Amino acid sequence: MTINENLVRSVIEEVLKNYQFENNGSAVVTKPASVPDNGGLTLTEGATAETGRMSDEVVVAIAPAFGKFQNQTIIKMPHREVLRQVIAGIEEEGLKARIVRVLHTSDVAMISHTAAKLSGSGIGIGIQSKGTTVIHQKDLMQLSNLELFPQAPLLDAKVYRAIGKNAAKYAKGESPAPVPTMNDQMARPKYQAIAALLHIKETEHVVPHAKPIALDVKFS
Amino acid sequence: MRSKRFQVLAERDVNKDGFIKEWPEVGLIAMDGPNDPTPSIKIVNGKIVELDGKKREDFDLIDTFIADHSIELEKAEEVMAIPSVKLANMLCDVNVPREELVQLTISMTPAKAAEVLSKMNVLEMMMALTKMRPRKTPSNQCHVTNLKDHPVQLAADSAEAALRGFDEHETTVGVVRYAPFNALSLLVGSQVGRPGILTQCAVEEATELRLGMRGLTAYAETVSVYGTEQVFVDGDDTPWSKAFLASSYASRGLKMRFTSGTGSEVQMGYAEGKSMLYLEARCVYITKGAGVQGLQNGSISCIGVPGAVPSGIRAVLAENVITTMLDLEVASGNDQTFSHAPIRRTARTLMQMIPGTDFIFSGYSAVPNYDNMFAGANFDAEDFDDYNVLQRDLKVDGGLRPVREDEVVKIRNRAAKALQAVFKNLGLPEITDAEVEAATYAHGSKDMPDRNVVEDLKAAQEMMERNITGIDVVKALYKGGFEDVAENLLGMMKMRVSGDHLHTSAIIDENFHVISAVNDCNDYNGPGTGYQISEDRWNQIKDIPTAIDATDFE
Repeated sequence: MTINENLVRSVIEEVLKNYQFENNGSAVVTKPASVPDNGGLTLTEGATAETGRMSDEVVVAIAPAFGKFQNQTIIKMPHREVLRQVIAGIEEEGLKARIVRVLHTSDVAMISHTAAKLSGSGIGIGIQSKGTTVIHQKDLMQLSNLELFPQAPLLDAKVYRAIGKNAAKYAKGESPAPVPTMNDQMARPKYQAIAALLHIKETEHVVPHAKPIALDVKFS
Repeated sequence: MRSKRFQVLAERDVNKDGFIKEWPEVGLIAMDGPNDPTPSIKIVNGKIVELDGKKREDFDLIDTFIADHSIELEKAEEVMAIPSVKLANMLCDVNVPREELVQLTISMTPAKAAEVLSKMNVLEMMMALTKMRPRKTPSNQCHVTNLKDHPVQLAADSAEAALRGFDEHETTVGVVRYAPFNALSLLVGSQVGRPGILTQCAVEEATELRLGMRGLTAYAETVSVYGTEQVFVDGDDTPWSKAFLASSYASRGLKMRFTSGTGSEVQMGYAEGKSMLYLEARCVYITKGAGVQGLQNGSISCIGVPGAVPSGIRAVLAENVITTMLDLEVASGNDQTFSHAPIRRTARTLMQMIPGTDFIFSGYSAVPNYDNMFAGANFDAEDFDDYNVLQRDLKVDGGLRPVREDEVVKIRNRAAKALQAVFKNLGLPEITDAEVEAATYAHGSKDMPDRNVVEDLKAAQEMMERNITGIDVVKALYKGGFEDVAENLLGMMKMRVSGDHLHTSAIIDENFHVISAVNDCNDYNGPGTGYQISEDRWNQIKDIPTAIDATDFE
């Protein structure tokens, strides 16, 4: 399995490299057949993600393994559902969601800050495979944030929807009431070691210094 | 068919905890990892050229920092030549004095320290902790937070926590932008509780430093260091940048310690296949090299990781011991939920409570865990009576004392009113009498009315833009008729000029006297020495309200 994934990744990188030289833009890499099916979520990887100029967009950055090598969060919520809810939340506010994959890190602060810096509105959302999510703004310090959702086991469809909505509201210059903070003090004893395992497995797919790539998302 | 006994056992709290098997290749191993380096040192012309099996040209930035700043060279070769089992023996031997041992322990390498601890069982480590902690008098720290970031509740809880005996109070936020209000609420509430309490607000580093420089906090602790280069770099940091941050605090008369703990590197996916304790030893050495007076460790927020592997809780005690071996203040964890099971929770805390440390908890949740925004501590407000009884059962000073309901109600009310006055005089959103009343009798934020969050956040931001400082708070208290609290807070501001509380392991008593490793040096060398519970203190510990007095009966 490991050999397969590594092989696939090296092929993708190789192809991407070629496209960037020859095409420098709209490269499309079709998903290799060996990558596990993600139950109705198709993520098509494109070229290097550009910095947006439209102020009506929110960039959603997903972690290296999201929807690709891992397909569900720590509470087994499908990644398809996570993305669908976040995008729907953004669109309900009349804004556009642009999805990218961050490869150079698996750290949620860096992922979300990368999203914010790519976003035309300066607002970005970062989501790890295990579900941990941050809403970020490009001018804040990396380890600061607008809203942080550190306890992935508590994040359900409703919360992801609300995260999308709030991010869009920030992008419109509003000051929304933060998504109500949730706290389960017993999430750690139950989930922390599993979270470490999942994060190790996500981090195995980090490609140092790789640029974020544009994703085309299709739900079926 | 299922065994009825196994069905009962499956329902037990302990089986709700997550356990995993060791996976040493990625660092999921507590201590004594198969890939841990063999201890070694080579010194040429007063410079370390080899550290724990690595040559200088192969050093990563952590090796370089430790080799250049953290190890006392004079006795380094001597101590490295002593067998680790012999050093382990000396650590728990009451006949080897602390001051003699420290000369050796500050000269070892990180791998040597980890190896020495791997030779000890938990009882021996507890003996070592009793002897090696820098301050003679043990103490305790608490968390004061709530789910709503409700300022009035924060002030009341901080006042009560002071009365119960906590010498340091730490807050953090649910919503980052509430930070100035949280800092302010603790600042006021704590000084109502008792003069001299140190408070902090754990948030993003730049904001935290700014709050401290404004006089809205008295110390900082959540300056994290890590045992592998990659995790450091992911945090946008280096040992040098952390050392610079540490000196920024010191230069403004703010107490500070670093934070680290077993499991953080593996949690972040970059443990380089090393054991948790070896990587943590590197963190302790970074702290020493940065010239910082102390360290919060004991796994801290990653406790679920060592807690899930074999010998993990032993490793957590071991890291506390290594901290004291480097003559650093230790705020020894117990500050995060780590188990559903009361038996496991208690056993884990006894490791620090019985020996006593500079801060047994870092901290104890002075609010119910549902309000703990550090995601819960190992003991919380609902365990207060249990903890007091443990002190009484074992005649151990865990830093707390039993309190009466009427005195708690009174002090909570006063703190809430003091904050009400401060908000009024600083032009912040109104605190109503209904909120004061609710905070006086509240157990947690479920008992508190909601505030207008958007208005609060705007005012909190403006408070920073208006450059409100601790002195403005002193004035607001004075104007509001709280002259004594104003006086206490002014006392805290004066401390920043003298800086006496920057000494190792400092706490401040109700008369603004500093108690630290300098004037209260741990001199334990067996029964009858070191910290002894005074008669007054024992009477305080003994006097739990539920104990029946023989004279109550005919």
